[in-house]
Amino acid sequence: MITEAYIREELKQVKDPEIPTISIVDLGIVTGIKIDNTDVHVTLTPTFAGCPALRLMEDMVVDHLNTNNNLGNVSVETSFETTWTTDLITPEGHVAIKKHGLAPPRRNCSNISMEILESTNCPYCDSENTSMKSPFGPTLCRSLHYCNNCKQAFEGFKPV
Amino acid sequence: MNSIDALKELLYKMADDQLIIGHRNSEWTGLGPILEEDIAFSSMAQDKIGQSEHLYNLLNQLGEADADTVAFTRNANQFHSSKLVELPIGDYSFSLIRHFLFDFSEYLRFEALRSSAYEPLAQVSKKFFGEIKYHTMHANTWVNQLGNGNEESHRKMQESLNYAWNYALGIFEPGPAENILVDDYIFIGEESLKNRWLDTIAPLLKKSGLTIPSEDTWKPIFGGRTGLHTENLQPLLEEMTEVYSIDPSADW
Repeated sequence: MITEAYIREELKQVKDPEIPTISIVDLGIVTGIKIDNTDVHVTLTPTFAGCPALRLMEDMVVDHLNTNNNLGNVSVETSFETTWTTDLITPEGHVAIKKHGLAPPRRNCSNISMEILESTNCPYCDSENTSMKSPFGPTLCRSLHYCNNCKQAFEGFKPV
Repeated sequence: MNSIDALKELLYKMADDQLIIGHRNSEWTGLGPILEEDIAFSSMAQDKIGQSEHLYNLLNQLGEADADTVAFTRNANQFHSSKLVELPIGDYSFSLIRHFLFDFSEYLRFEALRSSAYEPLAQVSKKFFGEIKYHTMHANTWVNQLGNGNEESHRKMQESLNYAWNYALGIFEPGPAENILVDDYIFIGEESLKNRWLDTIAPLLKKSGLTIPSEDTWKPIFGGRTGLHTENLQPLLEEMTEVYSIDPSADW
């Protein structure tokens, strides 16, 4: 008997191609799993509309589930029905983001302000004594910061 | 014009605005005055072009051609973008002022469209609204810093504001059947949007030490929404579609 929980466990093996420490489940982008006997239909929601990894992640979901012989037909779609925000990232996801050297996003309930971005703790030494250098970083989901305590530049996962 | 045609007209002008301003933003890649600004304009370009693709997908669901065909095979006179977005990047002060004026209009457009009766548009607008906040925060930070900077930065920002103003008013060119969209609770209409925009940006510009041109000089520069463009759009399209024109099957 294929269950939603079973598929969710399987999808924990599929990692974000840009942050390989976090699974797409912990990233919070798996918004629907439909099971019909052994057929599986997965719905993903985009993190950022312009994220180039979007189609890659769709393919990774299909490829991974296709390696499981218990499953029949596998399909995936991307839908905006559930709006992704960084509040959907799980506590395990926060640990995984930090493990990659990024500061996890603060919970924000979609109230984004410069103040939220500026109060980002250093992922290396946990210091609050940091400065935000730019709300835009090397990928759409990252901002640039500097830690005044350990004198280290770091990137943050942008709260949205 | 029926309500589907009116909806398509709204989607086309939003998607085309996003694509063209996205392309202009990308022209700062490698040229930004400081590294962080280079990255900022490049990131905003990526956001906007990505958003345009999703809007073209909505049009595709309504029977229009697919996103790539629509984006890469039309001529300037088939584009519904405002004239503001096609103007060359110019001096950095102009790019910042345009970024400020245009992105606040988008911020408010998506804010309103979050409750559109056309559910697919409401869904993408919720997403885009979260992203565009970073664009308006960025614009406001720089307009404030340079408007209140030294004499030279203030003068450049004010001159750019004066130049961009009537083009910016052209964003709000009324659609041919907007009343249908308003009656169907799909969109609040350009006039209402313009009023929200003025109420939002006036205090911010004032705080930045900048003066909006006096109302008796306001002459909105329309035409973009009906395919009448400046001489700047066609060369932009030719550059944007260069690879596609050589090999439409090219994958990258």
